[in-house]
Amino acid sequence: MEQIQRKLAEYTASLYNEKILDEQFIQLQQLQDESNPDFVVEVVSLFFEDSERLLNELAKALNQTNVDFKKLDANVHQLKGSSSSIGAQRVQRVCISFRNYCDDRNVEGCLKCLQQVKIEYTLVKNKLETLFKLEKQFVDAGGSFPVV
Amino acid sequence: MGSLLRMNRLLSSIVESCNCIIDPQLPADDLLMKYQYISDFFIALAYFSIPVELIYFVKKSAVFPYRWVLVQFGAFIVLCGATHLINLWTFNMHTRNVAIVMTTAKALTALVSCVTALMLVHIIPDLLSVKTRELFLKKKAAQLDREMGIIRTQEETGRHVRMLTHEIRSTLDRHTILKTTLVELGRTLALEECALWMPTRAGIELQLSYTLRHQNPVGLTVPIQLPVINQVFGTNHVVKISPNSPVAKLRPAGKYMPGEVVAVRVPLLHLSNFQINDWPELSTKRYALMVLMLPSDSARQWHVHELELVEVVADQVAVALSHAAILEESMRARDLLMEQNVALDLARREAEMAVRARNDFLAVMNHEMRTPMHAIIALSSLLQETDLTPEQRLMVETILKSSNLLATLINDVLDLSRLEDGSLQLDIGTFNLHALFREVLSLIKPIASVKKLFVTLSLSSDLPEYVIGDEKRLMQILLNVVGNAVKFSKEGSVSISAFVAKSDSLRDPRAPEFFAVPSENHFYLRVQIKDSGIGITPQDIPNLFSKFTQSQALATTNSGGTGLGLAICKRFVNLMEGHIWIESEGLGKGSTAIFIIKLGIPGRANESKLPFVTKLPANHMQMSFQGLKVLVMDENGVSRMVTKGLLTHLGCDVTTVGSRDECLRVVTHEHKVVFMDVSMQGINCYEVAVVIHERFGKRHGRPLIVALTGNTDRVTKENCMRVGMDGVILKPVSVDKMRSVLSELLEHGVVLES
Repeated sequence: MEQIQRKLAEYTASLYNEKILDEQFIQLQQLQDESNPDFVVEVVSLFFEDSERLLNELAKALNQTNVDFKKLDANVHQLKGSSSSIGAQRVQRVCISFRNYCDDRNVEGCLKCLQQVKIEYTLVKNKLETLFKLEKQFVDAGGSFPVV
Repeated sequence: MGSLLRMNRLLSSIVESCNCIIDPQLPADDLLMKYQYISDFFIALAYFSIPVELIYFVKKSAVFPYRWVLVQFGAFIVLCGATHLINLWTFNMHTRNVAIVMTTAKALTALVSCVTALMLVHIIPDLLSVKTRELFLKKKAAQLDREMGIIRTQEETGRHVRMLTHEIRSTLDRHTILKTTLVELGRTLALEECALWMPTRAGIELQLSYTLRHQNPVGLTVPIQLPVINQVFGTNHVVKISPNSPVAKLRPAGKYMPGEVVAVRVPLLHLSNFQINDWPELSTKRYALMVLMLPSDSARQWHVHELELVEVVADQVAVALSHAAILEESMRARDLLMEQNVALDLARREAEMAVRARNDFLAVMNHEMRTPMHAIIALSSLLQETDLTPEQRLMVETILKSSNLLATLINDVLDLSRLEDGSLQLDIGTFNLHALFREVLSLIKPIASVKKLFVTLSLSSDLPEYVIGDEKRLMQILLNVVGNAVKFSKEGSVSISAFVAKSDSLRDPRAPEFFAVPSENHFYLRVQIKDSGIGITPQDIPNLFSKFTQSQALATTNSGGTGLGLAICKRFVNLMEGHIWIESEGLGKGSTAIFIIKLGIPGRANESKLPFVTKLPANHMQMSFQGLKVLVMDENGVSRMVTKGLLTHLGCDVTTVGSRDECLRVVTHEHKVVFMDVSMQGINCYEVAVVIHERFGKRHGRPLIVALTGNTDRVTKENCMRVGMDGVILKPVSVDKMRSVLSELLEHGVVLES
């Protein structure tokens, strides 16, 4: 149990160190209580759904011959909002530069950013899934989260 | 003669009749008669043919003014001839008729001759004068011829000049002008050699610049002060010079008879020679020398019209050269300007890029730097809560302290950048001034007591308790200055005193331009921090407020400051329309820091911002908002869910909507607060606020509207205030922040962005 706890703590710390998550995520965890025991997981799942939809939209929009930059910008804005709400900091950062390229109407840059966003998103998704798995293990082993 | 003849004939008849002895004397008379006979005949012939000839030739000629005289003359001659002809018949015995005819003829002849003689008296002078006139006319004709010759030469000269000028002026290139001049002059005047000497830069010598034919060494120079050159430069006419003068010695020696040489000056006009209203002054001019040589051995001489031609050409050349010079200048100026333009453009673009890069950098660093700090600080403080061994606790505390320092440094740097940017604005609010000072004191006291320093605070009695200003930054200023005082004092005391500045104390001799005018709504706070520390030398005082500089004495004590503190303080004080300075009597004599800032007086504030709220201490906050009905409007599903979770955690009854229309449909007067995300595209979410205002009219009936936004720039805030929102909050919102926001909202109906 202690091992799991330690592993969990290390993993969490690494996520913050690598800037994959920021303190917004901590806030989310704070909101989880008895009345809302799966709050974080719910929010994160919603984030995954939303992001995948948005990434598809972005890829479709960039495939057009006449790229609709306004629509592109709107979608990136959404993605930025979602990622900042759950604290997916890296994704948010890429979204910011993505928006700059949209403003400059730079298709090359946008494509590059799209790649980057996908990478970051996949990364944060994997990390969060691992985190949840570890937490589940922890909870199953009888642990309970300290109030942060 | 006739009578003699008759007598002779009579005698001869007598003799014949007698046939006597007189015979040997008479054959002579026969011969004489015969001769007379022949002569008369020929005379008559001549007399008759002369008029014929005359008539013939006169008929042939077109002009003969004396026809009448001719007729007379003809008549005279004819009659004379007739007379002589008739004489032929009178040698022998002739009848009386013949005598009568003869007599008539003679009488007529006599008449005509006399008349003719009389006429000739008139005519012959005339004829003679015709000759004189003829001579006169010949002379006149010769003169006209001469003049014609002159005119023709002049016209040719003019033509040449025109042609030369045209050639010279057809180009704006200096070298072409000069070369063309020489070539054309050489051609027109058939010169042997034509050379141009230009003054050197220094003006001491003339250098041979162009020659027509001979390949002279082009570096040949002569000093400019030769008498012959002075002579030429002294007049604008062409001057004949000796072929032996140095400027004319251009031909290989050994010619028999060098041709004549002339020289003329060519003025080189410079722009600066033109005064505004005067013609160019020729006094301080530079001249070039043009030397023209006639071919040797040709015995040609310089004619006046040729000299005139040369003068005119020299003038034209001067004009053409000046044009060329002006053109060169203006082209050079234009090129220079273009270069400068390009350079300036580049510099501007680089500057823009630099600014943009800096802004991007700041934007990123803002987030980048603070986040790990947060993580470190948060996790270390978490760690502090757990069970630790004493060594571990010490280690964690050190980590915390260091990271706090680092966080402060980062904030300082970012603040200063924003301050320099001019983008920093004060967060004005009402706060308790006395409490602020007391807090500063309590923060400083521990450090001071470690160093065994006494710290005293004295607040004047007329200092208001609540004031309007930027509390956080004032605290920063105080902490900085007091901190410095403590840092640089090894012993003794630090005294802080604050009072309302009166007009005399507002003036500082060191800042005469600082003119403070207190008014009804504002007053000036003067704070003096006196310490008994190491003091400051007069040389260092001006540098105190510049970034990163530290005096030698300070640097050695390893003070561990960034050097930015005072610079930031100064910026803040300036933003507060104040002034800060430090006085010191010298090393070891301590120093006093004084600043004056402008603060507002509450209750009489006329600011257009949202009405201020006095910040209450934390323990007055409402802890639960059980059942509070709120509405959350956010287009972004994830963000919506998070906000909902936040509010639910605090106990609210949350309804969520995803669009403006839905919001307007759902909102009722039961909702106490509407949280609106305004970072949505389209900015039309402000409309919702307007509609809610309209729909719910009075303040007490309608829900409070709070904007949630990712950026708190002026524009967003202004927009929110314009549509009548009750507050603006920066996302991401933490639980604590939301809690305090809600409590403020419910207490005072309004919240300021925190």
